[in-house]
Amino acid sequence: MKLYEVFIRAKSGLNHRHVGSLHAADSHMALQNARDVYTRREEGVSIWVVEASAISASNPEQAESWFDPAIDKVYRHPTFYPLDKEVDNM
Amino acid sequence: MNEAAIYHYLLRLADTSLTQSQRLAEWCGHGPFLEEDIALTNVALDLLGHAKMLYEQAAEISEQQLSADDLAFLRDVSEFKNPLLTELPRGNFAFTILKQYFVDQFHVLLYSALRHSMYAPLAHIAEKALKEVNYHLERSHGWCLRLSLSTEQAKMKIQEALDDLYFYTPELFESDAYLDDLQAQQIIPDLTQLQADWQQSVDVLLAECQLNVPKKGWLATGGLRGEHSEHLGYMLAEMQFLQRAYPGCQW
Repeated sequence: MKLYEVFIRAKSGLNHRHVGSLHAADSHMALQNARDVYTRREEGVSIWVVEASAISASNPEQAESWFDPAIDKVYRHPTFYPLDKEVDNM
Repeated sequence: MNEAAIYHYLLRLADTSLTQSQRLAEWCGHGPFLEEDIALTNVALDLLGHAKMLYEQAAEISEQQLSADDLAFLRDVSEFKNPLLTELPRGNFAFTILKQYFVDQFHVLLYSALRHSMYAPLAHIAEKALKEVNYHLERSHGWCLRLSLSTEQAKMKIQEALDDLYFYTPELFESDAYLDDLQAQQIIPDLTQLQADWQQSVDVLLAECQLNVPKKGWLATGGLRGEHSEHLGYMLAEMQFLQRAYPGCQW
């Protein structure tokens, strides 16, 4: 059986979040298994499954050159703008 | 309304769900793979929930002071009213799945019809249970196709299961004087019609699965009258042990 990664939307309006993985013969069975394994306690209202082999991942060995340069670029955060009061949670 | 007949029928449905649930629960820790293990026991819990609602309603209208637990755990074999189908040992995975499909198809048609029961508590229970059995059917229906159309070995196992199970299914639709009365009062659907609808759906699936439908076999009967196979006694001995050994014990 193939390995699938599972993404659950907790309630409408929120994003699908990665919750884990499981085995299934095809995507339909993967959805059913995800429903039974990951949403039995009201965890979700929508499920995506993706074959794990279809995911391209960044290489952890390159993490320094990929991600460290962002650390000292504080000016890239939009924290220097005065916000209107109505915009609470930007 | 004929309360004795309703009580009898509530127990018929509750005992069917409880025994089916218990057999599924036996797969806990023994499923063919982890995800399926969880899915099977999930269905078992759903069915246990349906049995609980039905027993609670039966307890409410019973003439004695009874609880749902009394009905599930303190009645003996001859008082159980489930069809022999649901007390059969769980067998292999193909056997479990095909049996589950037969019961799921029955439940979906039954609860769809019972939503319009003239007896409101039953209509209410049917409404709640229907959502769950629809999902059960989707699963078992899919598995029957998968097993039948995959390897030679899987096909052989589900064919054997069909040969063993097929003539246990008509008992699901058996009637008696009480049930005749309830059908006449439109408290339960016409069981002959229900059987015809069930047979039609089953015929379609079995043809799709390219399985050979057995022509002749022993027609199971007796559950409604409390006449059971030897299997039910062993099942109850295990299921009821705690309440028998520690009367009134609670979690």
